[in-house]
Amino acid sequence: MTVLEVRDVHRVHGTGATSVTALDGISLTVGAGELVAVMGPSGSGKSTLLNLAGGLDSPTRGQVLVDGTSLQSLSRKQLAAWRRKRIGYVFQDLNLIASLTAAENVALPLDLDGVRGSRRQAEEALTEVGLDGYADRFPDEMSGGQQQRVAVARALIGERRLVLADEPTGALDSRTGEAVLRLLRSKVDDGAAAVLVTHDARHAAWADRVVFLRDGVVADVSERDQPEELLSTP
Amino acid sequence: MSVKHGLLALLERGPMYGYQLRAAFDSATGGTWPLNIGQVYTTLARLERDDLVAALPENEGQRPYEITAHGRDELKKWFTTPVQRGDRPRDEVAIKLALAITTPGVDVAKVVMTQRTSTMRTLQEYTRLKAQPGDLPWLLVLDAMIFQAEAELRWLDHCEASLVRYEPQAVPVPADVEVPR
Ligand SMILES: Nc1ncnc2c1ncn2[C@@H]1O[C@H](COP(=O)(O)OP(=O)(O)O)[C@@H](O)[C@H]1O
Ligand SMILES: [Mg+2]
Repeated sequence: MTVLEVRDVHRVHGTGATSVTALDGISLTVGAGELVAVMGPSGSGKSTLLNLAGGLDSPTRGQVLVDGTSLQSLSRKQLAAWRRKRIGYVFQDLNLIASLTAAENVALPLDLDGVRGSRRQAEEALTEVGLDGYADRFPDEMSGGQQQRVAVARALIGERRLVLADEPTGALDSRTGEAVLRLLRSKVDDGAAAVLVTHDARHAAWADRVVFLRDGVVADVSERDQPEELLSTP
Repeated sequence: MSVKHGLLALLERGPMYGYQLRAAFDSATGGTWPLNIGQVYTTLARLERDDLVAALPENEGQRPYEITAHGRDELKKWFTTPVQRGDRPRDEVAIKLALAITTPGVDVAKVVMTQRTSTMRTLQEYTRLKAQPGDLPWLLVLDAMIFQAEAELRWLDHCEASLVRYEPQAVPVPADVEVPR
């Protein structure tokens, strides 16, 4: 089942002589249970693609559909609610709210929609990312790596169908980074769809598909062999 | 690493038959270095000739082997001597790329991309194996292969970035060759 569909998307920043083409006709489909990694040199359009997929930015041309609904067809208010319920993000800059505790930050998307039991779910999500006992700490009472894991917990909480992560392992050491990837993988194996932007090939390798971007277009795709293919290999 | 030292290390655990050695070698390397039984027996014969292992009396038609004192010394020496980079086989990918750059009519960027996609797929396969539970020795072998594949991918990125700025120089012609005009 397709969760995210990006259809021939173009994104040009600015106009006239100073305009920059960040995406130059990209198509990408991500199904439930699928993790897609996006790699490419800096400036190749990875973050732009992720922002479009999450409805934080709109394409100059082309369409982005989540669960079959075109994000451009939604009003701002509808889009905001849609994003909170269905899409989890981990950004390059963490965007934790300094005046909220770890648990409150994680529970925020649920609280905004009046979901009950958000505190318990937040604590569970924190435990999953290895932050048992940190629920009542404020961001400035935690290390960069711990804050990163709070951001990951916030992205994975609830019934998220689509998880978008832009360099989520940037500030993490190798073992913690791997733990984050295992979490993302298990969320996907439970039925979510996810797109992961990363520079780190070892992290990208957790994906089912790795898309290489270059100058705003897909340069190549590396697909993990399907089990059937492995069996039929002589 | 040589098969010879691998077998010596396995025999340090206790005497074994050839087929047992083959199975133990397989599980120690996670199946990434398949040996056939013939290789095991030729290696054992050489080890026996050099007095590094000794054949024990046959048992139901099968002959177990044990490590000798001399074999133990050799094994200890192997473990305490670092592997020199120069002892490893040449890197075919690097050589292929170097030749691609100097061979007319080759799309070097394509060579890089094709290799990268293939190495990435290999890395995905290793990672899938790693997601399954396994013993520490095997997981560490797997990690070694993962880090090597990662290093190759980083090097390929580096090549791609360097190629963007590359301006080919005239390939020198050996001095004693007459170039027809
Ligand atoms: N808001 C913006 N205004 C103008 N140019 C932008 C903006 N955002 C991104 N770009 C440009 O678009 C291109 C792609 O950027 P980005 O998607 O951030 O790449 P990546 O995440 O792969 O490093 C770059 O050339 C960048 O400078
Ligand atoms: Mg970016």
